[in-house]
Amino acid sequence: MTAPEKPAYRVIGTRPVRPDGIDKVTGRAVYGADVRLPGMLRGIVLRSPHAHANIRGIDASRALALPGVKAVITGADLVPPGKTLADVPDLASNLMATTKVYYRGQAVAAVAATSEEIARQAARLIEVDYEVLPAVLDVREAMLPAAPILHAGLRTRGGDPNTQTNIIAHHVMAVGDAEAAMAGADIVTVEGEFKTSMVHQGYIEPHASTATWNPDGQITIWTSTQGSFPARQNTSAVLGHPISKIKVIPTEIGGGFGGKIAIYLEPVAALLARKSGKPVKVQMDRADVFEATGPTPGTSIRAKLGATKDGRIVAAIADMAYETGGYPIATPANYATMVAFSCYDIENLKMDGWDVVVNKPRTQDYRAPSSPAAAFAIEQLVDELSEKLGIDPLALRLKNSAREGTRGPMGMPYRRIGHEECVQAALDSDHYRSPLEGANKGRGVASGFWFNVGLRSSVSVTVQPDGTVSLIEGSTDIGGTRASLAMQLAETIGVAYEDVKPTVVDTDSVGYNDVTAGSRVTFGTGMAVVEAGKNLIKEMSGRLAGAWSVPPEEITFNAGTFSAGDKSMTFKQAAEATVGRGPGLTVSGSVNAGFLQGGGFAHHIVDVEVDPETGKVQVLRYTTVQDAGTAVHPAYVEGQMQGGAAQGIGWALNEEYYYDDNGRMANSTYLDYRIPTTLDVPMIDTIIVEVPNPLHPYGVRGVGEPGIVPPLAAIANAVYRATGVRQHQLPMSPRRILETTDAMKA
Amino acid sequence: MTDKLHIQTTINGEEVEFLAAPGQSLLAALRDDLGLTGSKEGCNNGNCGACNVILDGALVNACCVLAPEVNGKQLVTIEGVADGANLHPLQQAFLEHAALQCGICTPGFIVAAKALLEAEPNADEDRIRHWLAGNLCRCTGYDKIVRAVLDGADRMRAATAAS
Ligand code: FES
Ligand code: FES
Repeated sequence: MTAPEKPAYRVIGTRPVRPDGIDKVTGRAVYGADVRLPGMLRGIVLRSPHAHANIRGIDASRALALPGVKAVITGADLVPPGKTLADVPDLASNLMATTKVYYRGQAVAAVAATSEEIARQAARLIEVDYEVLPAVLDVREAMLPAAPILHAGLRTRGGDPNTQTNIIAHHVMAVGDAEAAMAGADIVTVEGEFKTSMVHQGYIEPHASTATWNPDGQITIWTSTQGSFPARQNTSAVLGHPISKIKVIPTEIGGGFGGKIAIYLEPVAALLARKSGKPVKVQMDRADVFEATGPTPGTSIRAKLGATKDGRIVAAIADMAYETGGYPIATPANYATMVAFSCYDIENLKMDGWDVVVNKPRTQDYRAPSSPAAAFAIEQLVDELSEKLGIDPLALRLKNSAREGTRGPMGMPYRRIGHEECVQAALDSDHYRSPLEGANKGRGVASGFWFNVGLRSSVSVTVQPDGTVSLIEGSTDIGGTRASLAMQLAETIGVAYEDVKPTVVDTDSVGYNDVTAGSRVTFGTGMAVVEAGKNLIKEMSGRLAGAWSVPPEEITFNAGTFSAGDKSMTFKQAAEATVGRGPGLTVSGSVNAGFLQGGGFAHHIVDVEVDPETGKVQVLRYTTVQDAGTAVHPAYVEGQMQGGAAQGIGWALNEEYYYDDNGRMANSTYLDYRIPTTLDVPMIDTIIVEVPNPLHPYGVRGVGEPGIVPPLAAIANAVYRATGVRQHQLPMSPRRILETTDAMKA
Repeated sequence: MTDKLHIQTTINGEEVEFLAAPGQSLLAALRDDLGLTGSKEGCNNGNCGACNVILDGALVNACCVLAPEVNGKQLVTIEGVADGANLHPLQQAFLEHAALQCGICTPGFIVAAKALLEAEPNADEDRIRHWLAGNLCRCTGYDKIVRAVLDGADRMRAATAAS
């Protein structure tokens, strides 16, 4: 179970400075809101103050009369010419409501004016006539027959065609006979119900888009996005405008974590630009980001595990309800049924997943979507089981660990994975071996899983006459992927990292790329880069064959050197000899790396101290262990692990959408929606495990996501050890800790 | 239209004049009117530190300062942290420690850390964590940022000792 030996790499595994680093430490990098065009107007979006309401009418005449106002749009402008409202997809109506709003903050109109201030004033002058409806905010309440119905036409997929409902889909997953196995004579069971609140990705950069719309129909959009190609596609869909007439230029992106996959402002800026005839920039403020983008679902999960007395988990049952917000588009519960038990080899499984609409923002993915909430439930139950059975929690996990050949989340057997190696590394860690002493302290552990999504990527590589190469990519770089991709190319073609110059370009300038998400860029786009590198070697071999008068197949390429017989040249010499004197050379690499490929596992250890007076939980020590397959740039791998852990700490201890009874979010500022600060997290120790991914030429696994999965349960397990009280609801805020521990005392 | 005020100030060592509406924030003036977009807007209400600038030696959130308040004062923004072509030791440390992922918080952290270390060259981890508690980063978990600031402090002390 020790990780296999790693091949010797020249560039992979080093820690060079990222190519875009200087621009980012000097303030030169251009992010979404930094775009400035000549004659640019500013746009402001008017948003619904109600969580659920019919729109009877919108009167923008007073706004239009204000000097400086150049355009007003409403949802009606999102109905493409020749279409009717019925043709408008939910995607469009979420961008700007037409007849009904489903959550507070939903866009209802937008204004473009010569200044932001005038646009704001004008937005206040738009009169919207609302008929307020009762709202439903809790996922289990929304499932009840008496709940207010959001979408009159919604029917549960495959369900009764005559019954109105808020349940979009009921996913059922069963292997073996879990109920029967659970009822076995010698089976020890644990069970519980767990709830998590809606939380936000919390990226520091608010959304911002700037657009021009030329008289010939050509639209150009500068935007902060996780995927310029999907943004183009979705903008095309809602505007009914061909993709050939839309160019998306991705700016630098100030964080996304799943929240910048969907479009919000792109078509709005474009429509305002068309109506006004001027470039228009629209940006959100922080409250807009919280109330009107795509946070991740609140959940309610009931689960049960059954194990033999010697610690073999034989049955697992889970009923998992996930909110999707105001629209029946997302299916987070489907993911939940895939990932809930993905760390373990369990013979009998039964899972029910429910996707349910509620009067909250339409949910989106957030780092390892659906997995953290499921792990909050399951990893606490595993902990409870270990206590009941008197088995060390890590030993219990090792005993039941998924491994190569175990049935994986998609039903297929796992290829080589590294969960056991992660747990073993945790067992061997200095942290786990050091005793934790003192009152009110506790140590918790938990495991976590997420996929590498794979998907499609294209890059092109141009050889410059001096032997350097330009790497043209379309995957927006959020956390250092220019570096991790340039390193893979340098490794493949045998040049120095510094000789590869990566650039992220617009949608007209490179082949199709799916989103920067799902831990896929270093993995999936990396595969495209390696392929481009191989194509390049082949092309150059062909050219050298001509120059050397040898058949191309006699030319070998090894450790950065072309050779045939007594002739040899380094890559650089060969580039100078061929491209320096001959025609230019550009090659491409394109892959479809499949869907939900490979597996990334993490295991975390955390020590906490609970203040019995205030209920505050302080994280004292934190160690994250993760299988990176092959760590291309270990510093950025560590960064992903630490960042995921910190987000998980926030989710566990502080973060929640706090609603009043009318569906108004009461904490839509960073002051009240408190993400972790420097004082809330200690240094986060990292242990990188490397079990090469058989799907990638260098064994790379995506590392972005697994790190957010374990913290919720790991901290809950630590709090349990510190207080003796199980935590069934997030966040474990001081108030909740006091309530639950006082209830125990009473 | 509101009457604008004529403001004279020094930004990164250069004298600058501009017109500001009485209620305009310094951040809006920097970003929208003066083209200094290195100061970022994360919240516009004093809770994230992405807009940190140094005003007459004091660290402030530019979103919470009115533009007219800078009249006659000295302002340092992220654009003025490097010494011409030479990066500031903190900038170098951030690069080498991989202390940025998306980088949107980075200008604020560097400006804030500079303000601290110029006043307290020997600040330790605890002090640094307290000082930087007003700067939010969602990507890094702060580990590498705090290490970069500690290393930047070493470099700054070494530079001072050498001069
Ligand atoms: S933008 Fe000024 S503190 Fe956040
Ligand atoms: S690096 Fe992204 S917010 Fe700090």
